[in-house]
Amino acid sequence: MLVTALAIASVRDLFAAVMLMGIYGLLSASFFVLMDAVDVAFTEASVGVGLVPLLMIYTLGMTRDVNREAKASPGSLALVSIAAALLFFGTLDMPAFGSADAPAHRHTAPRYLDESMTETGIPNVVTSVLASYRAYDTLGEVTVVFAAGVGVLALFFPGASSTLDAGNPSLRQYTVPRIIGKILIPPILIFALYVQFHGEYGPGGGFPAGAIFASALIMYAMLFGLQTLKRVVNHELIRVLAAAGVLLFGTVGVLGMASGGNFLDYDYLAADAKTGQHAGILLVELGVGITVASVMLLQFLAFADRKNAMENG
Amino acid sequence: MALISALYNYWMVIVLMMIGLYIILTQRNLVKKIIGLNIFQTAIYFFFVSVGKIAGGSPPILSESPPPYSNPLPHVLILTAIIVGVATMALALGLVVRINEAYGCIDEHELAGRDGDE
Repeated sequence: MLVTALAIASVRDLFAAVMLMGIYGLLSASFFVLMDAVDVAFTEASVGVGLVPLLMIYTLGMTRDVNREAKASPGSLALVSIAAALLFFGTLDMPAFGSADAPAHRHTAPRYLDESMTETGIPNVVTSVLASYRAYDTLGEVTVVFAAGVGVLALFFPGASSTLDAGNPSLRQYTVPRIIGKILIPPILIFALYVQFHGEYGPGGGFPAGAIFASALIMYAMLFGLQTLKRVVNHELIRVLAAAGVLLFGTVGVLGMASGGNFLDYDYLAADAKTGQHAGILLVELGVGITVASVMLLQFLAFADRKNAMENG
Repeated sequence: MALISALYNYWMVIVLMMIGLYIILTQRNLVKKIIGLNIFQTAIYFFFVSVGKIAGGSPPILSESPPPYSNPLPHVLILTAIIVGVATMALALGLVVRINEAYGCIDEHELAGRDGDE
């Protein structure tokens, strides 16, 4: 991973740097598995390997600017060295890696690990913390994602064109990727749904599921052309869905309030608390998944449309 | 020796972070700067997830594997951070595209020069 990062720093060709970003993302995902963070690994695998390099390639395609030789300034090198030395000094006080009695493990985490099974009845602690205990934070984050999607749309607004796809960014002419894509895309979509709804029991949940779902559809667009994708998914519909996801999240919160609890308190959604928690978490995760998937698609479509518009004058 | 193996992860995180910072400082191309920012960001993900790891622990999914479980809190934080990071990075790239449309280049020095002329 370090080697890849160094290579990214030194390589001048921007396209090569973006490709290296993909490798870097895959390595990060493997690292997360080693660190027991399976949910994080899922998300990073779908996002870091697919979406990030893809959006960067689109940007490069639209800008076509050569990367001039970066001048190695001694000032910034010194600054970086000083910062590194200070941080290094800071780690000397850190508890050893992997030690079970580090302060980070002694306060809130045991509470979640011990009580969440009885309180929410959901084995995946990451999901129950994300969607129930810390639902406020998650609602905020989903709103940020939504705002970023709206931001990209606003930036590209005047150029929202419906020019015919020249077939440029698609790989339509290659047979092998097309056939492999045809075989792979349906299982990927089903897998995304599985990740979505099985998030309570296994690794998964709305965030990775949304990302995987969007990646599959984006792959479809790359293989069969943008217009084909647009025939399948309606642009307007995704815009509405992006907002609907956030709305669903908020509505569940208000429902909890209306039935006598606090905002985002699922205990009161059903007759007994556990069922209520189940329903609440499921609905909230669904809202997260919908928003994430549609915002990512929106951003991809915005970039792709912009590029097409530029190529056709 | 024990010290090295105990803190190895954190040191690697620092090195990655500094590579990212160095890219941000020295590169003039805006896309390359965003790549640097991304490396910096992932270094922080690694740091958080490393803190959450317990030696010999298993993923925090109860009833599937025996305790001890790794700390689920950093996982939650980083999971959402990744998605938010991508969404905001798309916004940054969108800004770069618009800058290119307005100025015809995405080179920091050239951009500064042009703003000075006006």
